[in-house]
Amino acid sequence: MVVSKNVERWSPLIVLAATLLLWQAIVAGFGIPDFIFPSPWQIGEQFIEFKGPLLEAAWKTFWVTMLGFALSIVVGVLLGFLIGSSRLAYTALYPLMVAFNAVPKAAVVPILVVWFGIGLGPGILTAFLISFFPITVNIATGLATLEPELEDVLRVLGAKRWDVLIKVGLPRSMPYFYGSLKIAITLAFVGTVLAEMTAGDSGIGYLMQSAGSQQRMPLAFAGLVTIGAMAMAMYELFSWIEKRTTGWAHRGSQNH
Amino acid sequence: MAFVDFDKVWLAYNDELLAQGQFAVEDISLKVNEGEFIAIVGPSGCGKSTFMKLATGLRRPSKGTVVIDGKEVTGPLKITGMAFQAPSLLPWRTTVQNVMLPLEIVEPYRSQYKAKKKEFEAKARALLQSVGLAGYEDKFPWQLSGGMQQRASICRALVHEPKMLLLDEPFGALDAFTREELWCALRDLHAAQKFNVILVTHDLRESVFLADTVYCMSKSPGRFVVKREIDLPRPRDLEVTYTPKFTDIVHELRGHIGAMRKTGVVVPQ
Repeated sequence: MVVSKNVERWSPLIVLAATLLLWQAIVAGFGIPDFIFPSPWQIGEQFIEFKGPLLEAAWKTFWVTMLGFALSIVVGVLLGFLIGSSRLAYTALYPLMVAFNAVPKAAVVPILVVWFGIGLGPGILTAFLISFFPITVNIATGLATLEPELEDVLRVLGAKRWDVLIKVGLPRSMPYFYGSLKIAITLAFVGTVLAEMTAGDSGIGYLMQSAGSQQRMPLAFAGLVTIGAMAMAMYELFSWIEKRTTGWAHRGSQNH
Repeated sequence: MAFVDFDKVWLAYNDELLAQGQFAVEDISLKVNEGEFIAIVGPSGCGKSTFMKLATGLRRPSKGTVVIDGKEVTGPLKITGMAFQAPSLLPWRTTVQNVMLPLEIVEPYRSQYKAKKKEFEAKARALLQSVGLAGYEDKFPWQLSGGMQQRASICRALVHEPKMLLLDEPFGALDAFTREELWCALRDLHAAQKFNVILVTHDLRESVFLADTVYCMSKSPGRFVVKREIDLPRPRDLEVTYTPKFTDIVHELRGHIGAMRKTGVVVPQ
């Protein structure tokens, strides 16, 4: 079935092209003005016209997000390790973490601005705050769902808790970890843009905010597309790393 | 002197149950000679797995003593190897790496692991080949059939040359033909290496075919009710399972289980 395989491979691009065409057709067909809803063509024009500022803003947003994301990996993994390997830590910390995670991050940004001023601080911290929770939960789940038999097999050999964690717990939680990275990276972008829009002086969020307030809808949409593209690229990167390193967990899909 | 010596062992899982006098196993006494193969049969939930935990030192008795190899058991007993109904192999390791896992943990292998890795690997491969897994050493567990995985699991339990092998319904999830194949594999390993085996099972034919002595356990309270020596000559061929003598022993044991079931219902606590 060569044809269907090709169709499957190209399907994302086909859907993308179809969406753009439909979008263009609707905007052109109904004569919607660009300050309400710009067409893909107009957004493309903005990309070319403002490629300098857009790239600069994108780069800024990108590395602020990466800093926040790196922070959330470190903290998320450590916390996940702690609550996944100790029942006491789990019981003690989990309710607080859930409460913390439920706080809308948009409400936290103004507080961060008071503490750290306008600039990088709030962006990095918002990206971190919004994205560490899934990492923690997934690492903890991976560690906490060890088969008791396997633990017995190892404990009878004199394995310490640490041995079991390193030999079995950690490798076992790797698929969960990569799964959580894919969620966390998209959240981290949300966090950065949120901070930039509320209290930034640069970056894609700030650019969109300014463009929006000047009724320059095509440029604001160009910002949206940029964010989407960056998040998608990072998601694909982590998917690729995941497949490379934890292929054993995806064996069902290898036959396709 | 007996290799395994349970002397009037009682176990309650926690202090609350102990105070209420609810024991998972009661008054268990048994003596096993060096190299003996024993099987423990009984209905589900009769404390067979609890017995395993006692014999490995993962649990300490509430009353009585467990002495293995001349020493009272006070903690995890490294001279044992365990295998369960689920093979529980690690999917990110190849079969041979899975078998080598105990060597990374148990002393004295652990401290020599880096230096003697080649030697250990050769040993693991030889063990896998001896149970008919030649050619599958470098495959991942999920590329193996259930029976093959269970063979590898038994190899993992044996790789550090334990004096005692504990098997908790190891063939329970396999089809009848694969199960018989694995009986023979275990029989041959036991004949070659002379370790002690404690096999927990609810398959009477399995227990009679493999064991020197079969103990029947009753349900709540978990007690030994019958000890039956199996005097079939070794080496035993699968054909022996179709002889009248074999069938008689199985039938006799089945009678004990059946009797326990009935009294178990009637006898008030």
